[in-house]
Amino acid sequence: MAPPIRPTLRQRAFSERTVRTLERRRIVSGIMLGVLAGAAVLAVLPLIFIFGHLLATGMSSLSWDFFTKMPKPVGESGGGLANAIVGTLILIVIASAFGLPVGVGAGLYLAEQKGSKLANSVRFLSDVLNGLPSIVMGIFAWQFLVRPFGHFSALAGGIALGAMMIPMVARTTEEMVGIVPVSLREAALALGYPRWRTSIAVVLRTASAGIVTGALVAIARIAGETAPLLFTAFGNLFWSTSLKQPIAALPLQVFSYAISPYDAWHSLAWAGALVLIALIFIISLIARFATRARFATGGGD
Amino acid sequence: MTRSLVVPEIMPRVRVSALDAYFGSAHAVKGVSMRIVDRQVTAIIGPSGCGKSTFLRCLNRMHETVPTARVEGGVELDGRDIYARDVNAIAVRTHIGMVFQRPTPFPTMSIRDNVAAGLRVLGAARPSRAQTDEIVEKSLVRAALWNEVKDRLSTSAIGLSGGQQQRLCIARALATEPRVLLLDEPTASLDPLSTQAIEELVYALRRDTTIVIVTHNMQQAARISDSTAFFLNGELVEMDTTNDIFTAPRDARTEAYITGRFG
Repeated sequence: MAPPIRPTLRQRAFSERTVRTLERRRIVSGIMLGVLAGAAVLAVLPLIFIFGHLLATGMSSLSWDFFTKMPKPVGESGGGLANAIVGTLILIVIASAFGLPVGVGAGLYLAEQKGSKLANSVRFLSDVLNGLPSIVMGIFAWQFLVRPFGHFSALAGGIALGAMMIPMVARTTEEMVGIVPVSLREAALALGYPRWRTSIAVVLRTASAGIVTGALVAIARIAGETAPLLFTAFGNLFWSTSLKQPIAALPLQVFSYAISPYDAWHSLAWAGALVLIALIFIISLIARFATRARFATGGGD
Repeated sequence: MTRSLVVPEIMPRVRVSALDAYFGSAHAVKGVSMRIVDRQVTAIIGPSGCGKSTFLRCLNRMHETVPTARVEGGVELDGRDIYARDVNAIAVRTHIGMVFQRPTPFPTMSIRDNVAAGLRVLGAARPSRAQTDEIVEKSLVRAALWNEVKDRLSTSAIGLSGGQQQRLCIARALATEPRVLLLDEPTASLDPLSTQAIEELVYALRRDTTIVIVTHNMQQAARISDSTAFFLNGELVEMDTTNDIFTAPRDARTEAYITGRFG
């Protein structure tokens, strides 16, 4: 052991300065961390407020009747939004039946034909479509599915929502298919799989958990859409499950109740909004689980 | 060119004549001719980038699956040109199995389904369920994996170790009874023990299978192959019995490579 070396004055001054600098850096770091954490909390604060407010105002009108009964005329108490809940579910089914196959197919094409001219333009246009105001989607569906038939319909509403899903689903599918290793594709080709079968049986199947997640996120997004339904599904005060008739939908019902002058309807609107947000919350949760399941089985190296 | 005739009196399983392979304008394999003898292990050695993997991928028409890739020349399997106009690349690949550098089990499929994957695309020749089970067992036994997985055939193939996954891929390739098995550096990503297991397996398989193995490991080539081809810069420098290549190479470049002076 060498004897300890006593620091010179200069060295001591230097080390004190270093300590002060470190101290200052620690403080600045702490402040910045606090600011960023504040921003992060601020970002989710509106959701917490909305959810809290909905719970406070909507919970009281939420009862078994709300889910099972039809809306009552003004003046009568009670009643529920059974038709709107069923209507929203029907619209989601129509939208998925139209939007998912087209979206997944388009996404698979975009991933498999990455550099082709058609793929590049489709990719660009689908980004534009993704940013398109939803009411424009409603106008489109009205023009082609309402005007020619002369009446509003569930089908038109579902198609409008499905058209909104396509670009979202297409881009997630493209991403998920893109991360399937080339080696898997080659392994299938080397076994004598034709290209289309490789795409479906191996590539798409390997990416399926991610695609399911993307599809659920897309469904959660369109479930609460109102604008595309305004002049397509239109809403319905009566029980209807016909695809050819106007159909009730939760967001539409919430809207019409909220702008009504009646207190009873206002509280129903709050409850409707609460159910809607709970529905989206549940779908998002399922999507999270699907993602987690993928990572649980994906690792193994 | 007569030097490429290894054992002239035996009819070759695969005959390659003046094969050129390109990636765009890059000339990866240059005028290679070779005869690959039935029920032997043929090793292809050479430094990185010498075109040995590309050459291997030309033997089952996998090379052309890469964009801008191009092949010229002929490859005959049992006397039939696999690049002939009326020959379907997909059909060729069901007769020539391939295993890659990294294990490639299909992650969404069980061990059983992985082995049976190649049987599913046989069309009319597709075996029944009972037959499939039989073939799966037989292939896993041949790949020396049966004892380790027989109790977990329906579990995911991802749960296997790297060496087991590679043997699973060999079982998968064997299931369709290919005439030739191509191995592209099959032990490059494995630990020494797993490597040994694969080498023993290859050595045992040559009793009834024709095997072509690309390896950058010269000891491996010396241990398990009957004949060895040395590639350099896309050309076949020399091919002979493994014994002769490693003890009495005729080309100075071969000698320099196997004695470790480059590569």
